Amino acid sequence: MGEFLLVTIQVDMHDQLALRLQDDLTQAIDANGTKGVLIDISALEMVDSFIGRMIADISGMARILDAKTVLVGMQPAVAITLVELGLSLPGVATALNVERGMQLLKHTRDEADADTALER
Amino acid sequence: MPTLHSSGELPLKSEHDMVLGRQTVRRLAQEQGFSLVDQTKIVTAASELARNALIYGGGGMLKWEVLLDGLKRGVRLTFQDQGPGIANVELALTDGWTSGHGLGLGLSGARRLVNDFELDSVVGQGTRVTVTRWK
Repeated sequence: MGEFLLVTIQVDMHDQLALRLQDDLTQAIDANGTKGVLIDISALEMVDSFIGRMIADISGMARILDAKTVLVGMQPAVAITLVELGLSLPGVATALNVERGMQLLKHTRDEADADTALER
Repeated sequence: MPTLHSSGELPLKSEHDMVLGRQTVRRLAQEQGFSLVDQTKIVTAASELARNALIYGGGGMLKWEVLLDGLKRGVRLTFQDQGPGIANVELALTDGWTSGHGLGLGLSGARRLVNDFELDSVVGQGTRVTVTRWK
């Protein structure tokens, strides 16, 4: 995966586990100089306001650490429910699956590299 | 009038109980033949209400009932706690209002995800929220 970090959430998490993931992930971004984080939630059958907030927080924290987060694989039933619940995850980039999410991260990285080259 | 098909109770004393509660509600909704979207809605509502009972109510109980009304089948969930209660129910049902550190979507969001929603709260005695989703 190189400079990108892939996080696959496989289990129905209790709240403390979700918070620990947030901690572990921000530390991993910092330690590895990660530029992109892919969070795959295709195995999640439910996202409530707590998990939703955790995802939004990870995205915000990663941005401050100069990394882009892309959320991938949300099941349609989960998306419908999440919006009806009142959570539309503003500011969180999404993609349909891991492959497209990876393309999005690479595109963002290449653009950033081009900008850096121009500055020189 | 709907008739009672089956019922049961689960404690809500820990985060692990919340996970078990979600799994139980998922199984009940599946057994009634709910669509995947309807299953997800009632499980998500249950998760919000269970968390409220745990965090704000200091723990409580989840009572589940399967209802039959003619050809309709429903799952009714009652979340009961003996916590401080809610002084202003109308305010607590407003999007974005929170007494804690959450997003303030728990009660108002859960209400949107079910067909019937009832909230009874007595300050100093506790809160009871009853929700029903029909197939």
